[in-house]
Amino acid sequence: MSSFTFPLLLSLKIAGISTVFSLVAGLWLAWLLANRAFPGKELLDAVVTLPLIFPPTVLGYYLLVLLSRTSPLGHVYESVFGVPLVFTWPAAVVAATIHAIPLLVKSARAGFEQTDPVFARTARSLGANEWRIFWRVTLPLARRAVMAAGVIAFARSLGDFGATLMIAGDIPFRTQTAAIAIYDAVESNQTRLAAALTLVLSAVTLAIVYTANRIEHRHAR
Amino acid sequence: MKLETRVSKVLPHGDDAAGFSLDVEFSADAGITVLFGPSGAGKTLTLDLIAGFARPDSGRVLLNDVLLFDAAAKVHLKPQGRDCGYVSQRDSLFPHMTIRQNLAFAAERRPRLERHRRVQEMIDRFHLADVAGRLPSAVSGGQRQRCSIARALITAPKALLLDEPATGLDAPLRAELFQVLLELRKELDIPLLYVTHDLDEAVVLGDQMLIYDAGRIVQAGEPQTVLSRPATAKVAAMVGHTNILDAEILALDPGRDTSRLRISINGAAGELRGPYLPGQLIGDRVRIVTRADELRVHGAPGENRLPAVLEESVERARMMELRFRGGLVVLASRRPRDFREWFIEFPPEGLRVLGAL
Repeated sequence: MSSFTFPLLLSLKIAGISTVFSLVAGLWLAWLLANRAFPGKELLDAVVTLPLIFPPTVLGYYLLVLLSRTSPLGHVYESVFGVPLVFTWPAAVVAATIHAIPLLVKSARAGFEQTDPVFARTARSLGANEWRIFWRVTLPLARRAVMAAGVIAFARSLGDFGATLMIAGDIPFRTQTAAIAIYDAVESNQTRLAAALTLVLSAVTLAIVYTANRIEHRHAR
Repeated sequence: MKLETRVSKVLPHGDDAAGFSLDVEFSADAGITVLFGPSGAGKTLTLDLIAGFARPDSGRVLLNDVLLFDAAAKVHLKPQGRDCGYVSQRDSLFPHMTIRQNLAFAAERRPRLERHRRVQEMIDRFHLADVAGRLPSAVSGGQRQRCSIARALITAPKALLLDEPATGLDAPLRAELFQVLLELRKELDIPLLYVTHDLDEAVVLGDQMLIYDAGRIVQAGEPQTVLSRPATAKVAAMVGHTNILDAEILALDPGRDTSRLRISINGAAGELRGPYLPGQLIGDRVRIVTRADELRVHGAPGENRLPAVLEESVERARMMELRFRGGLVVLASRRPRDFREWFIEFPPEGLRVLGAL
């Protein structure tokens, strides 16, 4: 694979996987924040929002400390998978997931909060447990908001640079994502490669955001 | 079947709401108990506390032998475990499911073999066969309301809570809804709690009527009793005076929007012209409701007048209350002359048929 296609495909792979992870974690967090009252809710809301505001390097540094080979989490990962997490492409998935979660939570939470609570109440009176209500009632009713949130999470994952660089490094043909490859290409004066990657990445992101807006727009009608 | 409720709850003064305190106690047997009162009196909150959507500050809710809530014993069952069917004011059919799927959703806790049969039963019982495959947005308001009730009944609840289910329905659909509810009252041996701020509904449907005012029940009893003997001036103002007449439909003319009704008051029968009564058939015996201030008195017979015997006249603040034999009450804006014979005029538009007998 060329130094053009590899970073692009790697980026798409990372974005795809991290979208799935961030959907799982983000939808749960969004549901929790939209439907439950519990102590520390405001704090959780703030913590979830942090990755949106932190400089990417700060986020990357936290992840590096949290997931390094000497940390408990890194240790667990290494004993399960046999290889360290940091400076591999799965580390980039972690970075992209953390990066994508805040936007996903905000968008999905808004979707959940927009659905009329009368549906969940009625479902409860019909004997449905919370799990079934989520899958059969809340999620289908908020599906446009959730789909739009997923699309935005994908775009966000695709564009991560700082945190990915800190935790996954910049190893060509191993952890070099498109965003990082563009930086590298510019540094090493390969302007045509940088331009080509930028063009493709822009086109993909534009298409994604356009799709998300279309979904949201239909949601609003 | 009996629902015993004693609950209190204080809603603190908020940014958008004044403080409110609810403190009510009542017991409801099988049949329809109407919670009647102005908006904001705590009727809906009472239903929410019984259904388990909110937690009372203190008190006890007992449905048959099952304790749903007890503050002292720290019992607070989840809504899922309360066996209370709930029909909300707003349309709460799941909009992304067909009518059949809505019913099936409610049947899912039943044994697999029984589910399909139960759903089909309800579709037949509530005449939903033609629209079973449609989404709620593609069926009529009356069908949606019937489906909401059918869905609540699929779980075989031990009590049915209805929060202003007639809101937003036009007159024929309301009549249809009342018909359904009155049939259910006969078929089901469970308490039905019906929240409304519409007096006509309360009178037609209620076996028992609880009058709510500012978070308290100010009077409880049979609608007839409450109407004829309001406990307080406030209740009297709320219920006004409503006459209830038994009638038989003699003729119906939708083209001219008229009907002929045989009314019997105190043993004597007379015929009146009424409005066209959608959803009713000739020969049906119905209950007619008409407000005391809509009737007029005369000293001679005439169009739509029936003879009556005056028993008593009472001076009220701005009007005269004329009580006739048979319990008929007329409120006249000024003191009428002392007629030798009395005739009551029933303007057709004031005759409302709300339920079959």
